[in-house]
Amino acid sequence: MRLRTKLGALLVALCGASPGLAEEANYGANGIISPTVAWKETWSEVLTDITVIGVVFAAIAIYLLIKYRATSPNAVGTATKLSLDKAIAWALVPAALFMADDFMLAAKGWTLWNIQRTVPANALEVTVTASQWSFEFDYGNGVKDDTLVVPVGQPVVLRLVSTDVIHSFGLVDYRLKEDLVPGRVNHLWFYPDKPLETFVTCMEFCGDGHARMNATVKAVPKADFDAWLASHKKKASLSIPNTYASAAAAPSL
Amino acid sequence: MTAITNTAPAASGFKITEWIFTTDHKRIAILYLVGTLAAFLVAGLMAIGMRLEHLSPGEDGIMQFFVGDIGKNMTTASAYNTALYFHGAAMILGFLIPGLTGFAANYLIPMMIGAPDVAFPRINALSVWLFWAGIVVALLTFVIPDKPDIMWTGYAPYAITTAGNTAFYVFTVHLIGVSSILAAVNFLVTIIYMRAPGMGWNQLNMFVWSSFTAFIIQLVFVPVLAAAVTLLLFDKYLGTGYFDASRGGDPLLYENLFWFYSHPAVYVIFLPAMGLLYEIVATQAKNAIFNYKVAVYGGMCGIVAMSGEVWIHHLYVTGMPDWLRIGMSVTTLLISVPVGLMVISLWGTLYKGSITYNVAMWYAVLCMVLILLGGLTGIPLAITSMTVHLARTTYVTAHFHFIMGLMATYSVFGTIYFWFPKMTGRSADSAIAKIAFWFNFVGTQVTFWPLFIIGVQGMPRRYATYEMFPQFVSLQQLATVGAFLTAVGVLLMVAGWIISAIWGPKVSTNPWGSKSLEWTHTESPPGPGNFLKPVTVSADWTPYDYHAT
Repeated sequence: MRLRTKLGALLVALCGASPGLAEEANYGANGIISPTVAWKETWSEVLTDITVIGVVFAAIAIYLLIKYRATSPNAVGTATKLSLDKAIAWALVPAALFMADDFMLAAKGWTLWNIQRTVPANALEVTVTASQWSFEFDYGNGVKDDTLVVPVGQPVVLRLVSTDVIHSFGLVDYRLKEDLVPGRVNHLWFYPDKPLETFVTCMEFCGDGHARMNATVKAVPKADFDAWLASHKKKASLSIPNTYASAAAAPSL
Repeated sequence: MTAITNTAPAASGFKITEWIFTTDHKRIAILYLVGTLAAFLVAGLMAIGMRLEHLSPGEDGIMQFFVGDIGKNMTTASAYNTALYFHGAAMILGFLIPGLTGFAANYLIPMMIGAPDVAFPRINALSVWLFWAGIVVALLTFVIPDKPDIMWTGYAPYAITTAGNTAFYVFTVHLIGVSSILAAVNFLVTIIYMRAPGMGWNQLNMFVWSSFTAFIIQLVFVPVLAAAVTLLLFDKYLGTGYFDASRGGDPLLYENLFWFYSHPAVYVIFLPAMGLLYEIVATQAKNAIFNYKVAVYGGMCGIVAMSGEVWIHHLYVTGMPDWLRIGMSVTTLLISVPVGLMVISLWGTLYKGSITYNVAMWYAVLCMVLILLGGLTGIPLAITSMTVHLARTTYVTAHFHFIMGLMATYSVFGTIYFWFPKMTGRSADSAIAKIAFWFNFVGTQVTFWPLFIIGVQGMPRRYATYEMFPQFVSLQQLATVGAFLTAVGVLLMVAGWIISAIWGPKVSTNPWGSKSLEWTHTESPPGPGNFLKPVTVSADWTPYDYHAT
């Protein structure tokens, strides 16, 4: 059973080698890896992978479909039954190849996932509250707005909550999303590396206003952001006393 | 085994009571076929409505007509959501699953294994009428004022807080679910105990094996879905709080329960669809199945074993624990192993074949295209970090339409062409059928390629309007053109069937030269009891034994 021994060795080798094929992610200028940039890189690799597999299988199919057309109406196929060794080989070798590709893709995906889920220490934290059908952004210092304004060059982490049904925070231009689920605090982070005015749009079905549930997202230079925050703080300080007065009057538990 | 009596095939005259009270698996199959095609056509009409709505980014004001709201009491978004609910629920629960495990399984399995009928014919009749009741409840969507609008998934808490009628969704699932469980028991018992004397497990038709594995999935997982939607019903109408976070429930519990059934349900559709393709391809290539045992025990049984370990990929961006999102990414990717083994086996069945092309074979080729495009585009969706962008976009819509929706749809259409001579004694391979095929082939590609492209660029799915994404208008319009091409194809195809059933050329009992029992040992159409005398098979018989000629 020499063939089987060889196949076994091939299987082990392919499975063992595949995680090593995953590459290190590129680091950004200031040590921050943008999940957006990393997504685009990984996508192009995954797209290449599935395109190659698709072309190979399509080419084989076209060849077989043309080559083995019947020569006469009563002709029958001439394929012979596979020997036991060949039958096993036709299971183990493809399985090993598929698994090698799977583990390579899983490793690439996991690398990207670690980037997407590891929030840098200096991130600006904003709480996003979704309700049918709007988003509200709370900067935690009394500033609340329906536009998300963030400074260029600082990572932003969003705490995601919902007051009614499930929504999803779809940040298309940053290649990110995560759901806002009642009773949970989810999170995602992104890295605005250049000025950009874009939008967040709801991406989990939430009723009649779903397609129009969105908010503006602006990445602006640090100075502009500070000015924006200061002006909103002033506005907030004018309206806050009423809110907090009633809260303070309530008996504490 | 009881003696098999055979009356004259296709007794003349049509008596409605003979159909209502029938326990004949072939008539029950036809009842399934009529019901599933009705569901398909109405659900397809909804798709046409939605594609028309997307001709422009804003509201076109025609969506209401499609859901029966002639007085336009509903908003465009509300009508769109109802249409989308019905499209998804009816296509999956009313067409794909019963088309494969109802129509095809009923018509073919007893004959393929050499049995006169199923094990429990009267329970079989109950199954089909429960299915019909489910279809009727689903169709009531168009006459009640508070139309369901919760997508086929019925996610809590929206399904609980909406003004739409969630109960009709739940009852549809209950009726079709009970029908499925009864059918699963019936066919598992039939396949285990009613095979012709001498027929071993390695001599079964691929379609019988694929149905066997699909019915195991149904039996294990349908009760989970039934429980999930029942809790939804209790939450909405009886004031419980299973999925209400403010009362200690969890909305994600519903998603977990739902997908714990509904991902395996994809294989309930994929497996029998593959089984049918194997039958068509092996017969038309006059070849044995390439690596039969590996395809059955590695491919089909492998899928069953893995089907319950991948559902989190539907919840990749919902806030499940990070480790679970990665763990199920690996299991989901590994589904490529059993699927890949089946693909190699299907491709390999062509090797050294002697292929003749009929309309059924053309549909099989279309299905091969869809398996490749739909299957490979699923790989990025198995990778958690990729779905952080791709989830909930039209990329997902295009992916599952190719691999599940349309692959299975065209395998059912191919099945109808392939066994049309068996059902009617006539061939449906007419000029109309060939023209219809090309409309379907081209229409399908033109509909979904644009959705892949705009999906990667971020176009969200389930959007009634898309003012935020005006740049996609031309590709949306192209997709609408594709949907219309497909609609023309489907209407031509159905017209062709009706014409062929009445005037089609009469053909012999085995026009494709198959070696399978339903072709070699029965009349066309077969009478009650299927076989003129009890069938036995020898130890070296297989349904693909073309060399023995």
